[in-house]
Amino acid sequence: MQLTVWTYEGPPHVGAMRIATAMEGVHYVLHAPQGDTYADLLFTMIERRDKRPPVTYTTFEARDLGADTAEIFKTAAREAYERFKPEAMLVGASCTAELIQDDPGGLAKALDLPLPVVPLELPSYQRKENWGASETFYHMVRALASPHAPPPGSERPARDPARRPRCNLLGPTALGFRHRDDVAEVTRLLDRLGVDVAVTAPLGARPADLARLGEADFNVVLYPEIAATAARWLERTFRQKATKTVPIGVGATIDFVNEVAELAGVDPTPVLAGAHSRLPWYSRSVDSTYLTGKRVFIFGDATHAMAAARIADKELGYKVVGLGTYSREFARELRTAAEAYGVEALITDDYLEVEAKVAELQPELVLGTQMERHIAKRLRIPCAVISAPVHVQDFPARYSPQMGFEGANVIFDTFVHPLMMGLEEHLIGMFRGDFEFHDEAQPSHLGHGAAPSPSPTQIKDAEPEKAQLALVSKEIAWAAEAEQELKKIPFFVRGKARRNTERFAEERGLSTITVETLYDAKAHFGR
Amino acid sequence: MSALANSAAPPQPGCTDAPVLRERGQREVFCGLTGIIWLHRKIQDAFFLIVGSRTCAHLMQSAAGVMIFAEPRFATAIIEERDLAGMADANEELDRVVTQLLERRPDIRLLFLVGSCPSEVIKLDLSRAAQRLNTSFAPRTRILNYSGSGIETTFTQGEDACLAAVVPELAQAPTDAAPSLLVVGALADIVEDQFRRLFADLGIPVDFLPPRSSQELPAVGPNTRYLLAQPFLGDTSKALERRGAERLTAPFPFGAEGTTEWLRAAAEAFSVDTQRFETVTAMGRERAKRALARYQEELAGKSIFFFPDSQLEVPLARFLSRELSMKLTEVGTPYLHRQNLAAELALLPEGTTLSEGQDVDKQLDRARAARPDLTVCGLGLANPLEAEGLRTKWAIELVFTPIHGYEQAGDLAELFCRPLMRAERLEV
Repeated sequence: MQLTVWTYEGPPHVGAMRIATAMEGVHYVLHAPQGDTYADLLFTMIERRDKRPPVTYTTFEARDLGADTAEIFKTAAREAYERFKPEAMLVGASCTAELIQDDPGGLAKALDLPLPVVPLELPSYQRKENWGASETFYHMVRALASPHAPPPGSERPARDPARRPRCNLLGPTALGFRHRDDVAEVTRLLDRLGVDVAVTAPLGARPADLARLGEADFNVVLYPEIAATAARWLERTFRQKATKTVPIGVGATIDFVNEVAELAGVDPTPVLAGAHSRLPWYSRSVDSTYLTGKRVFIFGDATHAMAAARIADKELGYKVVGLGTYSREFARELRTAAEAYGVEALITDDYLEVEAKVAELQPELVLGTQMERHIAKRLRIPCAVISAPVHVQDFPARYSPQMGFEGANVIFDTFVHPLMMGLEEHLIGMFRGDFEFHDEAQPSHLGHGAAPSPSPTQIKDAEPEKAQLALVSKEIAWAAEAEQELKKIPFFVRGKARRNTERFAEERGLSTITVETLYDAKAHFGR
Repeated sequence: MSALANSAAPPQPGCTDAPVLRERGQREVFCGLTGIIWLHRKIQDAFFLIVGSRTCAHLMQSAAGVMIFAEPRFATAIIEERDLAGMADANEELDRVVTQLLERRPDIRLLFLVGSCPSEVIKLDLSRAAQRLNTSFAPRTRILNYSGSGIETTFTQGEDACLAAVVPELAQAPTDAAPSLLVVGALADIVEDQFRRLFADLGIPVDFLPPRSSQELPAVGPNTRYLLAQPFLGDTSKALERRGAERLTAPFPFGAEGTTEWLRAAAEAFSVDTQRFETVTAMGRERAKRALARYQEELAGKSIFFFPDSQLEVPLARFLSRELSMKLTEVGTPYLHRQNLAAELALLPEGTTLSEGQDVDKQLDRARAARPDLTVCGLGLANPLEAEGLRTKWAIELVFTPIHGYEQAGDLAELFCRPLMRAERLEV
């Protein structure tokens, strides 16, 4: 058993729901106990969809367990077909139904419904949401596109030069972080390159669209967590190459344009010459100078975490001090990325472990998920959201892609906004005793909320400094005047200063930290 | 209309004998785990550890995540594949997780092990686990267990199961104790305080279950009279009666009338002088009526349809029809406790369509056919129905908002009025 306060991903059948809900003409019959319909409100409330997800739940109860739950499933599948008349059906089990072993796939087959039925085997006690989405998408693609596959070993016929090259966009789902606007942004970018989009899937696709995936010249994998498996199968089956670069950030978008140009046989120069992201100028303008070396901790799904790290390091001039992901399937890629920044990768789905790491590293900015918001709020560190899981505020009404050149504009604003603005940061450093603008107050451009008062039951939430900064060594004490001096260091770097000073003292076997020690450590470590 | 038209019994008022449409099929409801979302705030030194799957953890954070940024007083021990291999192993794992949790949160005085669908299907005996853990952790931390699983409980029944598990923990009141009143059901703190003042003015000694701290559990015995503040507490009632407590029958304290009759039931049981009762309740009743008058015009004559959710549907339908003149099209409830709702059913207008349970697609067909002015439903249905042009009131809010008692009568009406006013106000 794993003690879980927050979970980064839902169970795998929620991933399957994200595929079914993203598509048109698909229905998902899910063998599940009463109550599992809570998942509907992820789509109707968080994503604000105006239709019920195309999911029929059997919602069996305890009294049904003695009877025939298999019969309940068959009735639900039959009635769902008759009522909704889908073009394809997914059938599967939730975690509880997995335990009672009714075999939805076999039962649905016995019904002999006149449409493609794709059975899903999603092991709930081993795997999670993104894997469930990936697996579901792969099985859907395989079931629907297989009949159109050329004989094995045959070459792709050359593209008719009379038509523009075309690709599929793979990976966007329901409940995906900014998927809606990423698709719009990338579609526009491809159009400027002279590349058409044949099928976008699963988002907005019908089963018939999946059947013609093989007709495109190549595939664009927007979200590897969802579509890498399906893209690999398409490559084997239809000889379609797939893009490797995810176009999040200016540099990554330029790489992506070059990669697509290569695959499509088009000239990227006009698009790149007209590349109009404002991020490069905003980041070079002098008001961004104070961002240099800001220590940032990054956590999320692997795709967004790695993209954010590149932007933070190469495009904003931050210093990446921590990089991690909950996407175990992409641990290797993320480890390689982390090495490039000289940090150790954190591969975990344990929220408590992430929290401990943030407390230890004392970053000045956290880029993460909804969960890192909880952590950052508790430790009073500025935070921006870069990845699912996210809440309703991250399904905004306005156009807010992460991808492409406009995505980079959105990201610049997002990654800078939570930080204290430059002038305020200077003044806080110079004048400590201001009754209004003191360093425990949040940045004044975020309004004047007083620091949240800790509740007595939140033992760990008491005075954040004390909560997170247990002494490195019990042997070391702070002299009173050194403690006073430490308080004169601005709040957002104070934690780091405290840790460095204690480490410095420990390494030298000092038992008391004086003002001298504090400044010796500062000289030793730099900022 | 009455199914018993040719029976020998005298005709009963309202809907006492009304037929009930019983449906089986897909149910669009929460499981009992969701009760934790308000219970963990009510009982401040309690912690709720769900023993379940990732789905359970996901449900809790989806339902509560938007509200809770601090570390909440609930968590999930997620069953993994290796736990499914052998029972002894799962128990050791549970002990390890509980130890880890109590080390992390030494302030916890009461720990609930909450059963879920997966833990029940694999027959993990949490009641025995609780007994075993008590030998290690009591008296510092008391460990109890109940089931919040979807296969056993619907939404608010989670509170019922939780409180029923607490009842055996209550001290035994001596047989010669003076009669006292117990108000049962988690109420908003402000509502609890208002009721305390009213009972004090009536001269009735009162306790509340659940209390705000596990260290303040009331005593119970044969001289305890109890009033349900919530309609979904069937198992808790039975548990209290086993301890000798006696139930007072009353409608639920919604609106001016409901609150008055609820208080009257207590006043009569404690032989409070009629004059005194009138004096004590007059002000609140007057204020409630004045507050309700503001919403009369907007709500009178409007039709309302209830999808099943919390078992609050029947009392709320009674309040909306009798005090605000709304027309009831269908009143759906997950369970219809005839005994708990006896006083309510008698007050419902005759001919009201009652339904118990759900086949959600068929019920949606009925709602679409009826085109009610307002539909009370869960969050999985609300936006889709809005998109179809039906105005909705999402039901869960009725559990998360102070709605009981005189001072909240206007707020309760306003909750139903707001979607209608909003629809009138929006021009785009």
